[in-house]
Amino acid sequence: MKKLMLGNEAVARGAYEAGVTVVSSYPGTPSTEITEYISKYDEIYSEWASNEKVATEVAIGASIAGARSMTAMKHVGVNVAADPLYTASYTGVNGGLVLMVADDPGMHSSQNEQDSRNHAKACKVPMLEPADSSECKEYVKRAYEISERFDTPVMVRLTTRVAHSQSLVELDEREAYELKEMKKDPSKYVMMPAMAIKRHVFVEERMRDLATFAGESDLNRMEINDTKIGVIAAGITYQYVKEALPEASVLKLGMVHPINADLIREFASKVEKLYVVEELDPFIEEFCRAAGIDVIGKEVFTLLGEYTPALIRKAVLGEEIPAANVADEPVPNRPPVMCPGCPHRGTFYVLHKLGLTVCGDIGCYTLGAAAPLSSIDACVCMGASIGMAHGMEKARGKEFSKKAVAVLGDSTFIHSGITGLIDVVYNQGASTVIVLDNSITGMTGHQQNPTTGYTIKNEPTSSVNLIDLAHAVGIKRVVVADPFDLAEFERVVKEETASGEPSLIIAQRPCALLKNVNYGAPCEIDPQKCVTCKMCMKLGCPAIVYKDGKMHIDQSLCDGCELCTRVCKPGAIRKAGGSNE
Amino acid sequence: MSKTTNVMIVGVGGQGTLLASRIIGNVAIKCGFDVKVSEVHGMSQRGGSVVTYVKFGEKVHSPLISEGEADILLAFEQLEAYRYMQYVGKGGKLLVNTQQMDPMPVITGAAQYPSDILGKIAAKGVEVIEVDALALALEAGNVKSVNVALIGLMAKHLDIDKQVWLDALRDTVPAKFLEVNLKAFELGYR
Repeated sequence: MKKLMLGNEAVARGAYEAGVTVVSSYPGTPSTEITEYISKYDEIYSEWASNEKVATEVAIGASIAGARSMTAMKHVGVNVAADPLYTASYTGVNGGLVLMVADDPGMHSSQNEQDSRNHAKACKVPMLEPADSSECKEYVKRAYEISERFDTPVMVRLTTRVAHSQSLVELDEREAYELKEMKKDPSKYVMMPAMAIKRHVFVEERMRDLATFAGESDLNRMEINDTKIGVIAAGITYQYVKEALPEASVLKLGMVHPINADLIREFASKVEKLYVVEELDPFIEEFCRAAGIDVIGKEVFTLLGEYTPALIRKAVLGEEIPAANVADEPVPNRPPVMCPGCPHRGTFYVLHKLGLTVCGDIGCYTLGAAAPLSSIDACVCMGASIGMAHGMEKARGKEFSKKAVAVLGDSTFIHSGITGLIDVVYNQGASTVIVLDNSITGMTGHQQNPTTGYTIKNEPTSSVNLIDLAHAVGIKRVVVADPFDLAEFERVVKEETASGEPSLIIAQRPCALLKNVNYGAPCEIDPQKCVTCKMCMKLGCPAIVYKDGKMHIDQSLCDGCELCTRVCKPGAIRKAGGSNE
Repeated sequence: MSKTTNVMIVGVGGQGTLLASRIIGNVAIKCGFDVKVSEVHGMSQRGGSVVTYVKFGEKVHSPLISEGEADILLAFEQLEAYRYMQYVGKGGKLLVNTQQMDPMPVITGAAQYPSDILGKIAAKGVEVIEVDALALALEAGNVKSVNVALIGLMAKHLDIDKQVWLDALRDTVPAKFLEVNLKAFELGYR
């Protein structure tokens, strides 16, 4: 039976068919759906871990215990997981271990454009790269075979256009996989110098064996057509090349690390001109050049963003993209915005009003950097807000911390904010930290996390008590406040920043997209009372618009949260239907 | 290589463009085609400009559609139609919902919503077919069925039996909303 599946869904299916029994991940676009789909299989234990490092450690433990295990993350998640990953390369596996990583060329939903193939090379593990959903499923199964045959974790790399494209997949049965025997073997699993020195020798031998395997495996294949142009491609760029240059000969690499030099030489000898077409870094290209193989790569292709078939035709054939019907005037951008009813809007309205320096973090609330809320001054990576606020204070003095805050979401706080908070307390800082507790992991599409009280399968579980946690690490000042109670929230922020002590404000209000959040009828403007002062527009709510000299509330967008009624001095905003409930 | 049918769907995050692409995907499978659907999830879904590509035919390689390659550009909003009109190929059509939604730069006054967008697109020689899908959705009985009304419109312009669309709709839409959605589909198809 053939089914139309997202690449991520096909990865989940591959894990299922390979007999995987333990999966631990942290959500991150474009990888999130892998683990969401896996959670639908009752045969597989799955969980949202507190971060990618823990997730990877869970997968390592499960592998040592004899199970086939998986962890999935976005590209920047591998940075967090790098510590266990780089040494799991030394220990190798018992049951097969696969790390799924989804890169985001073009940065559809990411803070950088790093190429995770460099991680595979640096940590010395093999990496496969599928080109459509069917290969996603197939390569995951192959990855487990390679993992167990060569005693290594295997990385499988997706990019956004593979992870988030649907194509046809043939479904197979689940393999009956028995737990492998678990033997005490400190020389393999206890990585202290005496053992690790020996394991490093093994790792280098393994990579040589894998390079030989890459020369024989059908994961890599030559498609010899017209030999004037030859192209080496992997993953989604293979599809672009097939469309852009249907006559060309292609060496499709299903395994992008390690690469077999003889295979490349053989292909090079068959074609007149050899191109490497790869998004982001010149990974394959540099391998070829180091092996003395002449290729054309980044001198004609960009290091930036996503490729397209048209871009490839232009670079290889010199074909100009035909002039198209473009607008003769600027078309206004439509950047993403906080949803109507978003609890973060109240927080950032107050921070903007108070003119504070705001160290931001990764989540929907990063949108607090955009006009008109324009609040966030710096945003780097998960959990960084707290450390950055502390560093600013140490650079500019304690008085500075009275005009600065760190802001991060509940899930991000658990991911890697806690360690920053402990650093502040231990090192006598005075940062004010605002945790935006919206009862869910929002940005990635509503995943449970350790503060919500539910597991990935929506079963009730214990939840982290942020107040007790803050007290336990030594924070005396902990305040819970509603970001929609603007006056009170402003008072709390002023008081806590002025205190000269470390402080935690928990801004508590659920995500407006949660099913149980219902604010009732939308709001509307009373034209008799509105003085067009535009105070409501400072909230940056997409439902509030100014047209033909008047304020309007778009009834199809407004979710009735009434935050705007709190900034409207003349009281001109009311619930539609006239009644203020 | 035989040509694929290329449908590009553009709109504003939250308008239900993903359902539309899912239904066409389902239709293409029922017709026995190879098919690829490319979506973007995550941040751009938060009220931003969203694009989905659907390609079907004997064999589909790239899931992307380049400028000048779309047989149908289905736009859920006028400004988004304007932003992506260069994707409509020769002989292609723009099917557009006349709804206008101000993006944040327009709301803050940093930019202006262009006037007479559909007139300007038509003046470039693009065939424009417009519909007030919001009115159709209200007529069907649910403001959220805008996307299905537009699917109805699109079905009329693709050479595939209507019954296949109705079957795909039944497969994809939750049973409790089926009646409203079938009505919205018919209003769009009309």
